[in-house]
This record gives sequence, structure tokens and C-alpha cells, in this order.
Amino acid sequence: MRIIQFLLQKEFLQIFRNKAMLPIIFVIPVVQLLVLSFAATYELKEADFALVDRDQSIASRELVSKLQATGYFTLQSEFTSGDEALIHLEKGEVAFVVQIPKNFQQSLSSKTATSIQLVIDAVDGSLANLINSYVNSIVQDFSVEKSAVIDLTGPQNIPLPIIKKISTQAINWYNPNLDYITYMVPGILVVLVSMIGLFLSGMNIVREREIGTIEQLNVTPITKFQFMIGKLVPFWVIGMFDLLLGLTLARFGFQIPFLGSLTTILIIAGIYLVLIQALGLFISTITETQQQAMFIAWFIMVVFILMGGLFTPIESMPLWAQKVTLGNPVAYFIKIMRMVLLKGAGWKEVYGMVLIISSMATGLLAVSVNRYKKTTG
Amino acid sequence: MNSFRGFVIKEFKQIYRDTRTLVVLFGMPVLMLLIFGFAIRNEVNNAKVGVLDLAKDEVSSVIIQKVSSSKAFQIDAYLTSYDEVESIFRKGDIKEIIVFEKDFTRNLTRKGNASIQIITDATDPNLANIVQTYTKAIIGDYVQELNANIKPDVGIKTRTKMMYNEELASVNLFVPGLIAVILMLVSALMTSISITKEKEMGNMEILLVSPLKPSHIIIGKVLPYLVLSIVNVFTILILSKFIFGVPFVGSYLLFFAESILFIVTALSLGVFISSVANNQQTAMMVSLVVLLLPTILLSGFIFPVESMPFPLQVISNIIPAKWFLVIVRGIMLKGSGILIIWKETAILIGITLVFMTLSLKNFKVRLQ
Repeated sequence: MRIIQFLLQKEFLQIFRNKAMLPIIFVIPVVQLLVLSFAATYELKEADFALVDRDQSIASRELVSKLQATGYFTLQSEFTSGDEALIHLEKGEVAFVVQIPKNFQQSLSSKTATSIQLVIDAVDGSLANLINSYVNSIVQDFSVEKSAVIDLTGPQNIPLPIIKKISTQAINWYNPNLDYITYMVPGILVVLVSMIGLFLSGMNIVREREIGTIEQLNVTPITKFQFMIGKLVPFWVIGMFDLLLGLTLARFGFQIPFLGSLTTILIIAGIYLVLIQALGLFISTITETQQQAMFIAWFIMVVFILMGGLFTPIESMPLWAQKVTLGNPVAYFIKIMRMVLLKGAGWKEVYGMVLIISSMATGLLAVSVNRYKKTTG
Repeated sequence: MNSFRGFVIKEFKQIYRDTRTLVVLFGMPVLMLLIFGFAIRNEVNNAKVGVLDLAKDEVSSVIIQKVSSSKAFQIDAYLTSYDEVESIFRKGDIKEIIVFEKDFTRNLTRKGNASIQIITDATDPNLANIVQTYTKAIIGDYVQELNANIKPDVGIKTRTKMMYNEELASVNLFVPGLIAVILMLVSALMTSISITKEKEMGNMEILLVSPLKPSHIIIGKVLPYLVLSIVNVFTILILSKFIFGVPFVGSYLLFFAESILFIVTALSLGVFISSVANNQQTAMMVSLVVLLLPTILLSGFIFPVESMPFPLQVISNIIPAKWFLVIVRGIMLKGSGILIIWKETAILIGITLVFMTLSLKNFKVRLQ
């Protein structure tokens, strides 16, 4: 026990004496949480557009001001020819071009069909889709409004046959305003904790090996087991501390509702961190230099994060990829965090996933402790 | 010159003998491209939905049939009452519940108006939005079918043209971003680590007392990564063209010139970091936090810059990858020439010059 105590003391001293690491461990997670939470959004906030108005009528003006009134779209410039507008689209100065044809007002009042043209820069497909559907719904509203006015004032009001309608009513549970930050913060917390845990523990043992101090440790009576504990506990503590810091920020800074129990989250996080560190240990047993270790850790992390349902929902992956995510610990913990924090799920709902994480942790830990040899060469 | 050659050869050997890193270095772009191309999509696949059918009549079952035959949905639960919604959502698998009111068909045929409730689990607002839109589209199509014989031909139609990416393939959007991330990773991260490694191991002293000039040391360190980066650019380009059919409209020559410019930017960033950091761990953490994450998140790679709050939009201007993305998307998808992207190119050159001078100034020829 005393040996472990001294080992821990040594590790902590080593961490806290490294001036460059302290901000990395304590300040950067906070900054990242703040920046990422605001940056990671697909919501359409603002898009500039160019206008080619060949009609120059009251109706066309009205439609343009309707587009701007939503607050999503800003008229950036107006052109007389479509080609000029397209150049601005190519330069990326505007996101889309609206072209209103001649006789727009006339055909509106004479109740003949007319059409406006929308050219969208579709390099970002999902953004283009959003713009398309927003503009469409504005134009449809405008169209209905116009034809209603005409119907009331028009002299010969022909009764239309009954049009069957199905009205849909959408209700959004747990997040009625579709607020993206509420959704992203728990997931980003998982990523931060995983990165700190994986990188620090992954590089630590390799560092001893690279500098050569591992041989000094190897010739001491410290057992394999004690050595591992000495390496794991400090980063586990740091990881938990970062998580608590992040949770505090999420609760009081971002006003994320904590519907579930905090104890549940902390217990699961404890298990999860062991798993992540076991992965780090495993990496450090198969590598020789810090550069290698870091590179492999980063590689694994990127794949885990991209396939973890953080940025793009797992539901949008093809089936085979959805099956692959069953082996991804980051995906499990992100799901658990969201379920517990945002929906108030308890043990009953998450115990299956906790079981998977625990068995992954035990298995991986066993493998990496086993692979670590006190002998060199 | 001879000693410089020897140094460069040593650097190349050191890197190419490290097979593990090499495998990752070449495997990474391929795997990432495959993930982005095949696994990351913006459309929904087999989202699980529940149905609460209070009507159980003709029309409601037709609509349920239509929903379940759609590729986007998979009906996973049939509810009998509202009270079950909560417990089902809590389990987390089902993203949406479609509720048909009582007497659905009768309301539709007699009053001409029936209603459907779509309850979504909006913990993921994006997904909630997508499944909602899909469901509405299915219902909308069905309504149009119902009213096929009545043609209200009044009003405004919008004709939409999706420029530069007609089929809205997300892989087209991701490939340029992926190139930027890989180049940052290989050029900036690897360089910064390899130079600080010499410092940490004490080899820097040996190099400094050797007849090599400091600029030679830096260039020698940087060259192998330049070569690696160029190979990676080729790999990504070939894969994206032949596996995913990503179009390449513009000029290859311009593309390579701009890529090399960006590689030099990344290399100078890497050298700058290594002149500040004292050990590999610090260098790695700094490049991770200051270079890679912003490159992924603030450059417009995954999330559009226009959607970010104003302060972040301002910050994104100092991220080289943002400009490189505009350039590469312009060349690949829009066929832009240098006349259109000269501004972004100039900014990139500016950033590169700033970091080059900074790192030359910071590079210490003496030990403390």
C-alpha cells in the first residue's frame, strides 16, 4: 500500500510541476466546452441572397420583404441579369439567388400560375435543403395570402370542390424549442473527458519508455499491478475533476436541465474513464514512442467521435455502420449522458449499456495489464 | 550542402522506418474518407418509430403502411394509449410517435379535414426535425394522391436549382474538409512533435553544434512531412474520384498549388508550436487544441460558419483551414479560377508569412 502511495505522490508531482500541462488539463476543457457548444450547430441563423427582379412591381417587392422579415435571409445585392448574380454565388458572397420573372404581379392578379426561380449554392447539401424549404414555405404562405385576397375581391368566386386535408401537428418532447446547445453539451462533455483520459494515459507510460526511466522502475520491487494503479489513478482523478467542472458549467452556465440523477452519471463516468484509460494503456503497450502513441490515440478517437452520434445521428448511418457503433464506447456514454441528463432516465433504462461498458473495461484492462512486461527487449 | 543532404536522408529514414506510424499515416485518410463517404450522411435511415392508432381504420392503416415501407422508417412499436409515450421515449430507441385521432377516415371524408399528431423525441433537435419533415412529406404525398383529380392551378411555384452539387451528396462537402484535416494532422502535428522530440531527448544540442544552419535543421525536419502530405492529397483525391465519384470541375494545377500553399502554412504552424513547447506532450496537446479541433469545428468542415454566433465567426477568420476550404470547394465543385479565389489565397499566404517569421524569431540557437 505504501508503495502505491509513493507512486501516486510521484505521478501527481510530475503532473503538477509541468507548467505547460496545467492549463491544458484545467483551462482548455472549459474553453472547449464553451466554444464547441456554440459552434456545433446546424441551425440556419442567417443567409445572404442576391435578387434578380425582372418585374419591379409591388408584388415582387412584397415577396422580397417577406423573405427578409423572417430574419433568416438578408438581401445582399440586386442585379439586372442572372449571370451577374451567379458570379456572386460562385464567389460565395451569397448563399442563393432569387429570380422573379416579368409579369409576376400580372399573373398573380389574373390567377394564372407563375413561378420564381431559386438557385442555391448546394456545396453544403443540408444547408441548401434548409434554405430551400424555408424559402418555399415563405413563398407558399405568400401565394396563399395573395390568392385569398383575390378570392375575396374577385367578382366571380367559383366554389372549389372540397379538398381533403390532413393537418399535422408536431410536438417536440424534452426540447420543445429544438435548442441545439442543450443537446450538444452533454455529448461534448463526453468527448472532452475521453480525450483527456485517452491521450494522457496513452502517452504516459510510453514517455517513461522513451526517456528510459521505465528501466529504473522495472528494477524496483514495484509489482506490475502497483505500477498500473500508480499510472491510472492520477488521470482518473483528473478526468473526473474535468467532468465535474464541465457538469457545473453545463448546469449553471448553459442552464441544461438535469432531469436524471447526478450520482448515476458520476458512477457510470467512473467506469467509463477506467475503460478509456485501459484503452490508453493498451495503446502504450503496443507503441514505442510518444509520437506513435499519440497518433494512434488520435486516430482511434476521431473514429469513435465521428461514429459516436455526436455530430451526426447514428440513425442516419447505413445499417452496417449502425452495427459497427455497437462496439464504440464513446457512443454508449454519449447516449447514456443524454438519456439521463435530458430525459431523466434511471438505472432501469441504462443498465444494459452500463453492463457493456463495464465488461469492455474489465476485458481491456486485463489484456493491457497482461501485455505489460517488466522486462525489456 | 553535403551535410544538409545527409541530414535530410537521416530524417527520411527515421520516419520511413517507423512502420506503425506510417500505417496510420496512410491508413487514416483512407479510413476517414470511407467513414465520411459511407457512414456519415445527413439523411435518415431506418429510424425507429412508434404508432398510436386510435382510429384503426382504412386510411390510417394505409398511411402506416406507407410510413413503414419508407426506407427512412421502421415501425417498432404499436402503442395503445398516450400514457406509454413517456416510457417508450425514455428507453431511447424510438425517435417519433405518430398519433392518429379517433374517427380518422370519417373526419377526412365528411369534414374534409383529419389530423395527425407527430410526437418527436427532440433531445436531438436535428434528428427530430428531419424525421418530422420526412413524415410530413409522406403524408403530403398521400394527400396529393387523394386530391389527384382536383387541380388548383393558382399560385406561385418555386423552381429550385441546386448549383454545384445537384444530388446533395454530403461526401462532396466533406472531401475538401477532410483534405484540410489530414494535412493539418500530418504537417502541423507531426512536425511539431518531431522537432520537440529532438529537444526532449537532448539531440537538439548535437544538431546545434553541428555545422548545419538552423534553417537547414528546420527544412530537413519539414521535408519528409511535405512529401507525406502530398502523397496523402493524391490518395484522397483518387479515392474520392473513383469510389465516390466526387466531381472535380476546376484546374488540377491550381488545386495542387493551393494544396502546397496550405501544407506550407501547416508546416510553419507546426514549427512555431515546436519553438514554444518544451516537450512532446505539450506540443501534442497544443496542436490538438489550437489546430486540430478548430480545423474540424470552426472551419465550416462539419458545421456551417454562417450558423455560428458572431464572436465565433470572427474567430474563424484566423483559422487557415477556413480559407483553404473555401478555395478547395471552389476549385473542385464550382470550377473557380484564381480570379475568384485570390482573396482567400492572399490571406493564406499572409498567415503563413506571419507564422514563419514568428517561428524563425523564436527558434533558439543557444541553450539556456
